[in-house]
Amino acid sequence: MSILTFTLILILGAYLAGLVGSLTGLGGGVVVIPLLTLVFHVDIRYAIGAALLASIANSSGAASAYIKEGITNIRLGMFLEIATTIGAVLGALIAVYTPTNTIAIIFGSVLLFSAAMTLRKKNQEALTEGSKLSAMLKLDSSYPGPDGPISYKLKNVGGGFSIMTLAGVMSGLLGIGSGALKVLAMDTAMKIPFKVSTTTSNFMIGVTAAASAVVYLQRGYMDPIIAFPVVLGVLGGAFTGAKLLTRINPQTLRIIFCVAITFVAFEMIYNGYQHNF
Amino acid sequence: MDTNITSKKIDMKKTDTVILQERDVEKTVGKLLRTGVFTACIVVLIGGILLLSQYGTCAMPDYRVFKGEGSEFITFDGIIVGLFTFKAMAIIQFGVLLLIITPILRIAFSLFAFAVEKDRLYVVITMIVLGIILFSTFSGLKI
Repeated sequence: MSILTFTLILILGAYLAGLVGSLTGLGGGVVVIPLLTLVFHVDIRYAIGAALLASIANSSGAASAYIKEGITNIRLGMFLEIATTIGAVLGALIAVYTPTNTIAIIFGSVLLFSAAMTLRKKNQEALTEGSKLSAMLKLDSSYPGPDGPISYKLKNVGGGFSIMTLAGVMSGLLGIGSGALKVLAMDTAMKIPFKVSTTTSNFMIGVTAAASAVVYLQRGYMDPIIAFPVVLGVLGGAFTGAKLLTRINPQTLRIIFCVAITFVAFEMIYNGYQHNF
Repeated sequence: MDTNITSKKIDMKKTDTVILQERDVEKTVGKLLRTGVFTACIVVLIGGILLLSQYGTCAMPDYRVFKGEGSEFITFDGIIVGLFTFKAMAIIQFGVLLLIITPILRIAFSLFAFAVEKDRLYVVITMIVLGIILFSTFSGLKI
């Protein structure tokens, strides 16, 4: 295959990855890894490098739009970034000692979990009673609703912080944003309304991915010939996805994509189990 | 009665400006992220077009086996040297570098913003995050 053909096919694939990633809320990185490994037979280490770039591009692009609306809780994001960046650095370290087949199996499992999380019932309620720690850290805030600002408070800050560290480890190990784990920490543990948790999670993904991307770049995991179509394709797809989201109700699409992603997850686990990586 | 109303008005104005400032900071953060991603994109595109015009018909490298990138693509100096000699792949890699730096710059800007707001707690929290990323960059974790 010539470089031109490779670029054109990959740009199209990355565009779809960005589109699916933004419509399901899973992020572009999650689709880039199976695309590169299963379709193009690229070594999973190059795929992880490319996925990190996709995650950063996706997060920075989308976060800038959400911040405009004033939903993102910047203080909460900053505080939890301590957990995710420590986790990301640890994950990038662990990656050196983890066989690629094991990484593929872990990736498949996280993918299954993420697909399930996308379809779960979301936390809509805003807490009126928060914990002391949350007040001390100034994490309680409000976001614009249809009838004026809605205030919310947080609890279980320690529990959320721990899950965030795990999310960081997964992000550093696999190159994905692990948005599903981040939302689990904020939504289920800290009881934050899902509008705030999804946008704040997205806001944090860029910084988390950057913390391990600096390691992977120096390890030589980032190849320019792969990076070029992936970065442009994913960004284009994410942009289209964000436009579509305001016009259509993505619930049906979400279910279709989640079923598709479940198949991909089993494929990754099977191939990892068969030592195909 | 009159004085009460005016003092209330002043109070409202005060909170208005505080909220306005915070929203300004958030808007700047958003603009910073957008500009970073956009610039990185343009640089990657320029490098990519150059790459295709020079090597488009060449066979693609075998990515089934992991070899890792050479020093010209993994060190700052290497990328900059390649950039100034107008090498297509180095230009793409410079765009990649810009993309990675964008969220880190966002942290640095937040540090400045929290300092202006005199929010000491969050100045410390932001410094911890920035410290972890700088440690990750310069500690040679690459192995």
